[in-house]
Amino acid sequence: MVVTRRSVVKGLAAGLVATRIPAGEAQEARAATSFRAWDVHCHLGPLPGDTPEEKLGVLIEHMDRLGIERVIVSQGFEDHETHPTRDEVRLENDRVMRAVKHYPDRALGALYVSPDDVVFCLEEFDRCVRDGPMVSVGELESDVRCNSPALDPLVERAIAMNVPILQHTWYKTGGNEPGESIPFDLVELAKRHPDAKFICGHTGGTWEVGIRAIRDTKNIWAEVAGSDPTSGFTEMAVRELGAERVVFGSDAGGRTFASQMAKVVGADISDNEKEMILGGNLRRLLAPMLKAKGIRA
Amino acid sequence: MIDTNVHLFQWPFRRLAADDPAELAKRLQERGVTEAWAGSFEALLCRDVSGVNARLADGCRRYGENFLVPFGCVNPNMPDWEEDLRRCHEEYGMPGIRVYPNYHGYSVGSAGFAQLLSLAERTGMAVQIALSMEDIRTQFPLMVVPPTDPAPLAESIAKYPRLKLMMLNAGYWTDERRTEIDPLRKARNVYFDIAMNEGIGGLVRLRKATAPERVVFGSHHPFFYFESALLKVRSAGLPHDEEAALLEENARAFLGRG
Repeated sequence: MVVTRRSVVKGLAAGLVATRIPAGEAQEARAATSFRAWDVHCHLGPLPGDTPEEKLGVLIEHMDRLGIERVIVSQGFEDHETHPTRDEVRLENDRVMRAVKHYPDRALGALYVSPDDVVFCLEEFDRCVRDGPMVSVGELESDVRCNSPALDPLVERAIAMNVPILQHTWYKTGGNEPGESIPFDLVELAKRHPDAKFICGHTGGTWEVGIRAIRDTKNIWAEVAGSDPTSGFTEMAVRELGAERVVFGSDAGGRTFASQMAKVVGADISDNEKEMILGGNLRRLLAPMLKAKGIRA
Repeated sequence: MIDTNVHLFQWPFRRLAADDPAELAKRLQERGVTEAWAGSFEALLCRDVSGVNARLADGCRRYGENFLVPFGCVNPNMPDWEEDLRRCHEEYGMPGIRVYPNYHGYSVGSAGFAQLLSLAERTGMAVQIALSMEDIRTQFPLMVVPPTDPAPLAESIAKYPRLKLMMLNAGYWTDERRTEIDPLRKARNVYFDIAMNEGIGGLVRLRKATAPERVVFGSHHPFFYFESALLKVRSAGLPHDEEAALLEENARAFLGRG
């Protein structure tokens, strides 16, 4: 059986993963998808390398192996994400901006803040998003649950600039960490701000609960990142929310692109739905900011 | 391609697209799998393990002769478990068994499990230990089953030099920072599948912490999307010959068919 690169890529994209590829040809069959994949959820921390540029370089090497076009990178260089000081927040954002400046065609930056520090939070938004290169907010992952009114000023600022917000959520059997948000918290926040656009990070991890929690709140998008690649996740999200409300994210480097992308390319959904989830929906969410900053979508 | 880690029948807490044996075989073959080692989801919760194994053997024969290879279950906490092992070996011709210590409530350091390993070694039966089936954070709240800790086995593995042992769904339990399980990683008769291996560069780290010739392809399908394991291999950046070994040859060597 002769398997060309084109046929393999097409097969993978359709969920019909490379069949009977002789070992000698496998090296040529890397791209997981022929779609334009954009990943909304990456961190630099767990990657090898000493500098932000080196770490992002490693990430891009792995992106290339699966055909991922762009990633959005936020905090996580060091492990103080839940209760950072102002200096730590500033340093995290500086590292992200430094990394994406080195690879402007492959990575975009997203703001990290600790919402309980309202004044500094808005200053940092203006520095990094309004006046800087960042195009979105989050992953927000502080020890303030996201239903707190402390987030309201940040959300209003995001609405004003038409910037989406990625909020970490988990719904853990056995209980969450103190201050860790659940999807229901995000629903409260989203209902207070119907003009804002929220991405429900991990869709709560326990996705059968998370999808139901956000189902009726139309300004929340489900995100597939950062949980095991359990079969049925994406199919249920598409069935209950519509493909237009589901976005691809990986949570790399703690997770592989492979396991998270598999949730989409391996799902029993149409090619059109895969295209929307893998990148189309995110590009639409980011379109106003990309246009404002002159970034090619 | 040999998939060392699939299950037949229904997961207790969710319907899966391929929980029909015929559909599972069809999907795996469409994805290029030439042989799949199958356990039974029924083994997790059913006390009648003998019946579970009979249905597994029948299902593999009926829906995947020479393709689905049954790995029956033996629970050393059950009376007369030796008979289950005998049937798996002699009546069903299984090359090995798959055990679930966390679901069956014993430690891999227990005396009963030591007896099971000894008997498996004597009869030449391979043993797959499913260290985990599901992230504990997403389990059904009335049925929380923590992963099996392999550390006690690290202390005793040297006693079984001819045993063919494979760790399935090892995930973070084989994190390289856990030095206490180094004897398992270094034992030449202990293999690892990749289904729950995670993190950018995770597969390369697993191969480095163990040995390239002892890492095998396992998907944990249909519980996981099959593509997860395949894309891990495709994105690992391995030379052709090492990729081929991981996808097939290492599994053959594990069963002594290399």
